[in-house]
Amino acid sequence: MAYGVLYDGTRCIGCRSCSVACKSWNKNPADTDKETSVEGGIEGKAVVSDKTFTFMRFREIGDGDDLKWAFGKVQCMHCLKPGCETACIVGALHRKKATGAVTYDKQKCIGCRYCMVACPFGIPTYQWEERMPWIRKCTFCSDRLNEAENGMAPACVTACPTHAMEFGDRDELIEKAWARINAAPEGKYVRHVYGEKEVGGTAWMYISPVDMTELDFPWLSEEPVTKNARTAMGLLPYYATGMLALMAGIYFITKRKQKIAAGKHEEKKG
Amino acid sequence: MKEMIERKKGFPWGTLILSVLAFLCAGVLVQRYVFGLGAMTNMSDGRGWGLWISFDLYCGVALAAGGFTLAALVHIFNMEKYHPVVRPAILTAFLGYLLVVLALLVDLGQPWYIWRMIFNPNIHSPLYEVGWCVMLYTAVLALELSPAVFERLHWRIPLKIIGFIQIPLIIAGIVISTGHQNSLGSMLLIMTHSIDPLWYTPIIPALFFVSAMAVGPAMVIFEGTLSGAVFGHKISQEVFTGLGRITSGILAVYLIMRLADLAVAGQFDMLFNRYPQNIYWWIEILGGVVLPIILFNIPKVQQSKKGMFVAALLYIILGLSFNRFIMSSIWLVIRPGYTYFPSWQEFAVSIGLVAWALMMFQIAMRLLPIAGHHGEEEAKSEHAAPEATPAA
Repeated sequence: MAYGVLYDGTRCIGCRSCSVACKSWNKNPADTDKETSVEGGIEGKAVVSDKTFTFMRFREIGDGDDLKWAFGKVQCMHCLKPGCETACIVGALHRKKATGAVTYDKQKCIGCRYCMVACPFGIPTYQWEERMPWIRKCTFCSDRLNEAENGMAPACVTACPTHAMEFGDRDELIEKAWARINAAPEGKYVRHVYGEKEVGGTAWMYISPVDMTELDFPWLSEEPVTKNARTAMGLLPYYATGMLALMAGIYFITKRKQKIAAGKHEEKKG
Repeated sequence: MKEMIERKKGFPWGTLILSVLAFLCAGVLVQRYVFGLGAMTNMSDGRGWGLWISFDLYCGVALAAGGFTLAALVHIFNMEKYHPVVRPAILTAFLGYLLVVLALLVDLGQPWYIWRMIFNPNIHSPLYEVGWCVMLYTAVLALELSPAVFERLHWRIPLKIIGFIQIPLIIAGIVISTGHQNSLGSMLLIMTHSIDPLWYTPIIPALFFVSAMAVGPAMVIFEGTLSGAVFGHKISQEVFTGLGRITSGILAVYLIMRLADLAVAGQFDMLFNRYPQNIYWWIEILGGVVLPIILFNIPKVQQSKKGMFVAALLYIILGLSFNRFIMSSIWLVIRPGYTYFPSWQEFAVSIGLVAWALMMFQIAMRLLPIAGHHGEEEAKSEHAAPEATPAA
């Protein structure tokens, strides 16, 4: 079993309690003014950073009578087949099978930042201002989930005043999401559960009145990003063996030819 | 010889420029280790990998391919004709790999923890393979180069030992280096949605492998022409012509692979309607691949040192380096809200490391029997008076 969170864009009011709860549980300090400015609208210029694991994205979509407010909470999606996990040279990023949380262990990290470029959602961040920088990212509150058999939900989920986020078994949440979409009047939801199938599925899933790509969530295919790389790495031992045999074979053939040629040369001389 | 002495009388502008660049690089490195990466690079959460990965790792490793291609041609395929250029090629490759290792120690956030790689393996990570191979192949290249040092020092016993394991060493070198040429491509496979679809394909590793094979002989033409001009030793035109033919042959295979890949993916239309990315594609393929193939096969060009040099340079810059930059930087999607252009310090480190490598190359060429070396038997008889050291 793996946990998931279902985020419902029709219930979210964009209050950002989730961001505050995240900061206080993870003891993350405030970001610089530049990065959290509210200039240009409620969404500000917020980005995930080494001090901010989650933030609320806000968009006004359509105009006139069609105008809609749309919210989307951005944090690590906790993929079922995480690109960062396959990428990490030292296995510092790891998906815990029991909970589905993709966690980071700085006891293993060497700071190569491959996870940052490998993540299709652009989530892992780096302590650029530090002399000894580590990777930082949302932990799915792994330390809360693990506290007991039926541990606590992630901090952001518990803080939500409108129950826009639901924490539970991922498969059950998918059923719930579709039930909610099917029961709703036409137009309340886009008929898509973002995260159900994207890059092989993610723990965080979204249902929303607008397409999630309009909230600048990336459009992604259903194929896990790790697939081609894993295939290539799987072929490597065969490649090495083949190359070894080929080179040794060619060497023996050319040496033999050389010997035969040398022999003929001797004969001619004699 | 006379010419060389006269050349030495002039003011050594080249050495001066190289020294300035090298010391500037050293200064910037102090800044990097004292204040951290954020203080001197323009890298950000939006672009975690910058110039150093594109230039020093991706281009550096590919351009060092001369080492394994020439070792294979001479020692495995037994093409004696190319023997005089094997050692310069191996020296270039060795310095290239040292440069890659140094650049990685600058780029890593925690270089002092690089040993963690040994105790925390992730065998699924293409970078894990690259890391190990860079380490092993640098050692192999050092061993492949060591006979030149032993000959210079007249150490007979180590020379004999190396001679005994030479062939297994060279084969190991070929397997390791080609293995991670294509693993560099596998590293990009994970970036399914960030690399532009004109360049993303599941066969990136194979393309990297073939293009690296092709750049080996081209680098030898490039480096042989330059060091011929600087050190005054002659490499016969026949060697260059042959190397050009090998490069053009492999490039033809590479071109077919690139086109076939687009055909299979049904993406030919992108060549015309995916603007502006398609402009880069056409420059890369027409200027960097098709043009060198044609040039390498024109008899007039084959007879001209300059012509071969230009053809080789076209492929090295437009066909190979440009391709690596496009895939690892230029057309790699950046997180929304960020931009990236390298800071002057990033340029200073990359250029400065090349300056260090060039100075090392110069010193090695003067001190060691590298240029015009003709095979073991001859080298042994040259012991008493190594031919290649008059300038020292």
